[in-house]
Amino acid sequence: MSALTVRDVTKQFGSAEVLTGINLDIASGEFTVLVGPSGCGKSTLLNIIAGLERQTTGTIEIGGRVVNDVPPKDRDIAMVFQSYALYPSMTVRQNITFGMECRNVPRAQRNEAVARVAKLLQIEAMLDRKPAQLSGGQRQRVAMGRALVRDPLLFLFDEPLSNLDAQLRTEMRMEIKQLHQRLGSTIVYVTHDQIEAMTLATRIAVMRQGVVLQFDDPETVYNRPANLFVARFMGAPPMNTLSARLEATSDGTVAVIGGGETVIRFPVPAAAASWIGRQVVLGIRPECIAEPTRYFGDAPGATVMIAALVEVIEPTGAETIVVLRIGDERALARVSPDLHYRLGETARFAADTRKINLFDPETGDRIA
Amino acid sequence: MRDTTFTPGRILIYLAVWSLAAAWLVPLAVVMLNSVRTAEEIVQTSMIGWPEHWAWDNYRTAWADFCVAQTCAGIRPYMLNSALVSIPATIISTVFGAVAGYAVSLWRFPGDRWIYGVVTLGLFLPQQMRLLPWTIVLRDVGLINTLTGLVLIHSIQGLSFTTLFCRNYYIAIPRELIGAARIDGAGFFRIFRRIVLPLSPPILIVTVIWQFTHIWNEFLYGVTFTTGQQQPVTAALIALSAAVADVPQHGVQSAAVMIAALPTLLVYLLGGRYFVRGLTAGAVK
Amino acid sequence: MSETAAARRPKVFGLVRRLPEHLTIWLPLLLAAGHIVSFSLWTLWVSFTPSTLLPEFGWVGLHNYTAVLATRNWRIAFDNLLLFGSAFVVLSLLTGLGLAILLDQRIRGENVLRSIFLYPMAVSFVVTGTVWSWLLNPGVGVQKFVNDFGWMSFRFDWLINRDMAIWTIVMAAVWQSAGFGMALFLAGLRSVDTDLIKAAQIDGAGPFRLYRRVILPTLWPITVTVVVIQLQFAITTFDLVRALTGGGPGIATLLPALVVYDFMFQRGLLGRGAAAAVLMLLTLLAVLLPYAAWRHVQARQAARA
Ligand SMILES: Nc1ncnc2c1ncn2[C@@H]1O[C@H](COP(=O)(O)OP(=O)(O)O)[C@@H](O)[C@H]1O
Ligand SMILES: [Mg+2]
Repeated sequence: MSALTVRDVTKQFGSAEVLTGINLDIASGEFTVLVGPSGCGKSTLLNIIAGLERQTTGTIEIGGRVVNDVPPKDRDIAMVFQSYALYPSMTVRQNITFGMECRNVPRAQRNEAVARVAKLLQIEAMLDRKPAQLSGGQRQRVAMGRALVRDPLLFLFDEPLSNLDAQLRTEMRMEIKQLHQRLGSTIVYVTHDQIEAMTLATRIAVMRQGVVLQFDDPETVYNRPANLFVARFMGAPPMNTLSARLEATSDGTVAVIGGGETVIRFPVPAAAASWIGRQVVLGIRPECIAEPTRYFGDAPGATVMIAALVEVIEPTGAETIVVLRIGDERALARVSPDLHYRLGETARFAADTRKINLFDPETGDRIA
Repeated sequence: MRDTTFTPGRILIYLAVWSLAAAWLVPLAVVMLNSVRTAEEIVQTSMIGWPEHWAWDNYRTAWADFCVAQTCAGIRPYMLNSALVSIPATIISTVFGAVAGYAVSLWRFPGDRWIYGVVTLGLFLPQQMRLLPWTIVLRDVGLINTLTGLVLIHSIQGLSFTTLFCRNYYIAIPRELIGAARIDGAGFFRIFRRIVLPLSPPILIVTVIWQFTHIWNEFLYGVTFTTGQQQPVTAALIALSAAVADVPQHGVQSAAVMIAALPTLLVYLLGGRYFVRGLTAGAVK
Repeated sequence: MSETAAARRPKVFGLVRRLPEHLTIWLPLLLAAGHIVSFSLWTLWVSFTPSTLLPEFGWVGLHNYTAVLATRNWRIAFDNLLLFGSAFVVLSLLTGLGLAILLDQRIRGENVLRSIFLYPMAVSFVVTGTVWSWLLNPGVGVQKFVNDFGWMSFRFDWLINRDMAIWTIVMAAVWQSAGFGMALFLAGLRSVDTDLIKAAQIDGAGPFRLYRRVILPTLWPITVTVVVIQLQFAITTFDLVRALTGGGPGIATLLPALVVYDFMFQRGLLGRGAAAAVLMLLTLLAVLLPYAAWRHVQARQAARA
């Protein structure tokens, strides 16, 4: 069953169009992440789904019911806000039960619900405190509690972790994932953090300037990005994008990168054949360029050895990022931390050509 | 951290600032002292002097006996008038201003910006532009020369300030808080009562102090729309100072002035912090 | 999607159910905005009519305006306003700034001092005007006090001196409202970035240069605000003059607000009074419109930055 359908939704603030033709169809039980740089319209879209803002045109359906004219409280949703939006004058308990208070739920039932949620989120000890007396992480839990105490058709999360420090964020990320697996709820989750998107989502919608560029499962979004923006936005460090020229050889189509002494030829998928003789943008992820001993599978042409000048070396501990010069361009490689390159040397690297993507340099769209 | 060393430069600063402060206190000190001096003593010396006999009786006379424009009941009735105008008008304008400020800051409705803009114009519109229309309105509803008429005027005119104060305060409340409450099922009034109002005491104190001080101290409407026994104390004070007697009654008049100034001075002393906040908030329109 | 009657009904119900809410929102706002607009327009209209004791229909064009502008009262009042306004604004600005700088020197008892300089703001102009009228009255005030000490030739009779009486109003007004400027300036001084001050000190700026080159330049937006508010006060001054000089001696200290009152309620010339009120409003607008434009430009620049 479709839990949420967003059909042709646009939103204008005055003359500024903030959302353009948004279409999403989300099945029950899915964990959908809306990801995109800040200001791209994610919160606006979430607020429209919640009914806190009204779309300029288009339709929102929740659980198969058109809710365009339904106020937020009757949409059967729960929401967690970036700032947590805890009612400052109420205790944690009152915060969690305020929704039930507004709906005239009997006191006994309220207490039962609070007890259940408090246990689930381990906030029993702070039920009678005010939000100001809580730490950031505790507030975040209370905000989650306020949503979880309901049993809505749809959970909406607006960057719930972005105000936490890095360590707490990783912990809470894991907990949210577990909660989803345990409760099987339908979640729409907004973030600007592509790692959160990758780790949490069953499906990712990548947004830019009010447009959904790609709506796919995480693996597809990562490995077969729909365009250059998605390619560069997802993954850190980002995908290398190099200009290349497609040529036909006896072994099939190849992309030629660089010029003069450092020419690299990568075999590319046959689907790109129509671009032979033209410029394209070649995308290759940093983890697909590694030390020469790395093994990328048996397929013919899977691994191509390249030689390139080492410009910068950035050890991170778990791996080392090496900035290479290929012709006029730079590319990042992720190599084993045990190898010690020297600055300025021309070294050899192994490149994995199976996951190469090609993009139209004009439109940025994916070719193959 | 306070500087504890006394260099010549700093001594000079202290000297300057405290002499200025003393100068600022002169008028207050003079009225206070005169309010306990006898009329004869003041006439023989001047307004500036230490009381020889402490004439505490001045206060009783000023309060209950002194003659203002043929009526010899002191300023008690006028003080009561001022209270009967200031207190209801302060409450009414604050309550409505708080709700209006809440509506324009945290809710969107058609025409909201526009109407708020017009309301704030009221901060700048001189009272002289409203004198005639108020005359007509008060006459038509039969409230000329009544305290209710003054309450009506101050309640409505005060809305510009109270709405502005509250709006500027509430605008800092995160929109997300309202969004969360709406999803929880709370409506306009419940959100105000349960979420906005508990956050409001600071701004309500500022608004109440500001309104009370302004309405108590107001003169033009009082003198225009009321006469005789219906006048607020500011208007009565002018009549009182004009009262002629064989011996100028500066002692009793000073006592009357002290009494008339006391409510707002007390409010200032007790809520000075909020008073200053109102001043600066009103300034940054 | 076609809107059926069934789909429309909840909307109507919604409107009825939310009636108390709409009333609460609109009633005070409409009262406030409505009276501002209608009262202004009404006074404007009256200023073009031949109204005397009662509002009358009819149209006399700008006749009331030319008549008001031709009266000696108005000319004196307006000249007084120019003198009083500029002297008062400059003096209270300088006093307020001076007090703020003094108080900014990490002084003991700052709170007490601040309260002392601000207390006149809490008191009615009628009260302070009355007190000043006693102090400045040569017969019982400062002059008498000094004379009694034996300095018989001492004269301080501005209050009854046609040429100087306006200065007594300036004096009382500065005394009453310098604290306001002080409060705003002090807040401005306190909000100067401390890193900026540290940087200037490391650059070797002494206290004097620190103020003149680093701190005071950050205060000019506050200065504009203070000037505008003080001018607004000056243009509408009424109570203080009524209590202090009553417009006298003679008509030497008339101000526009007194002329309006005189036309409206003492001479019963409503048309003239309304015209004078509109002239006051125009004077005010001459100050406020440039200020609003300036604020607008400031806001635009801030938004762009
Ligand atoms: N109430 C509003 N009025 C005008 N513009 C707005 C409003 N809310 C958001 N915007 C604009 O819409 C765009 C998208 O905002 P938002 O949805 O908050 O982005 P995100 O959540 O992706 O960071 C931004 O450019 C923002 O400036
Ligand atoms: Mg956002």
